[in-house]
Amino acid sequence: MHLAISIDEAVDLIPDGATVMLSGFMGVGVPDRIVHGLAEAGKKDLTLISNDTARDTTGPGPLFAANCVRKLICSHMGLNTIVQAQFASGELEVELVPQGTLVERIRAAGVGLGGILTPTGVGTKVAEGKEIIEVDGKSFLLEKPLTADFALIAARSCDYVGNLAYMLTATNFNPIMALAGNTVICEPEEIVPVGMIPPDLVKTPGVLVDHVIKTTA
Amino acid sequence: MDPKILIARRVAQEITPRSLVNLGIGIPTLVSDYLDEDMGVFFQAENGAVGMGHRPPEGMTDRHLTDAGGRFVSFVPGASTIDSAFSFGLIRGGHLDLTVLGALQVDEKGHLANWMIPGHYTPGMGGAMDLVTGAKKVIIAMQHTAKGEAKIVPECTLPLTSERRVDLIVTELAVMKPEDDGLHLIERAPNVPLEVILEMTEAKLIHGPDVPEMQIGC
Repeated sequence: MHLAISIDEAVDLIPDGATVMLSGFMGVGVPDRIVHGLAEAGKKDLTLISNDTARDTTGPGPLFAANCVRKLICSHMGLNTIVQAQFASGELEVELVPQGTLVERIRAAGVGLGGILTPTGVGTKVAEGKEIIEVDGKSFLLEKPLTADFALIAARSCDYVGNLAYMLTATNFNPIMALAGNTVICEPEEIVPVGMIPPDLVKTPGVLVDHVIKTTA
Repeated sequence: MDPKILIARRVAQEITPRSLVNLGIGIPTLVSDYLDEDMGVFFQAENGAVGMGHRPPEGMTDRHLTDAGGRFVSFVPGASTIDSAFSFGLIRGGHLDLTVLGALQVDEKGHLANWMIPGHYTPGMGGAMDLVTGAKKVIIAMQHTAKGEAKIVPECTLPLTSERRVDLIVTELAVMKPEDDGLHLIERAPNVPLEVILEMTEAKLIHGPDVPEMQIGC
């Protein structure tokens, strides 16, 4: 059985300079309480791996407003004015990765693969400096695995052993990142007794989850 | 007719029954408004929805159910949800019948640029590179020019989205199809003379003496 920890305890686990995967898509399926906790604690020099940067105050937004992030690896950052300003001034280093490549690089790390071969990005700026491998006459980019010290994820339900169930489009990167972070911290909307989540609905087995955030303050 | 609605209505004619379709943000999103619901089309979104429906009535939205732009949507009967890896498996794996996207530039070769204006604005490619690489058919739906500046150009000057040639370009003035020998002008918007289209297009357009009008019902 997992003993749920508080937001403050979770925030204390994450040191300045850590590499952090943050799940979610345009602010949906994001562990918002952890994000706010990290921002309020004034964490510094984080490397953030996230699909997108949502808007100024949603999703990972508060982390940029509080200057927590030094390097960003994402697929889209067009709707966050703080990120755009920090990128333009040079204070934020950014690596843009096509979304399908981003999720597969994370998955590759999580499932023990040495990388993936994708046709996406061949012949574009994304291919610069990357190895091109031909398979049966087709060109693919070699994209390397992407791992992190922490995966911060959100779930609809979590049971006492950490089994997770997600809801609708709030699933997105969550089950993938749960495989790839060295330490996995989940912020569920509810914690339920074992058996409440039917085995077929468990999308992340509890063995992958290191810490669960209390649903109370 | 509003130019955006004209574009959306013309693109809607390209959608086949029971197909899997991904609509980009902006004008492409409008396309679903001009489709017969009994065609059984499933709209896919990068964030893991297969079978998106319209925005639900006020007070019936669910914060766990949004499209790729983060807007609330509903589901049609038979819809399903998948994670991001599966979603891009559908996109990259050739299971997506059609994607409709906006553009910053398209050129005579049918190359698309839609993710970066170096030195000015870098939103990022999001799912666009995978969509253009993997979808069976790619349609560009956009206004013909941007504040008077040409978007259909001899060769893209902005960073490309993919080396794949798009299949069709639909604007409020014309429908164009890139082929091996160049960019063909295949339809004019209602009541738009050929000369106007040629004047508004920097790219060379290949066309016969008579270019037929789009057939848009009212």
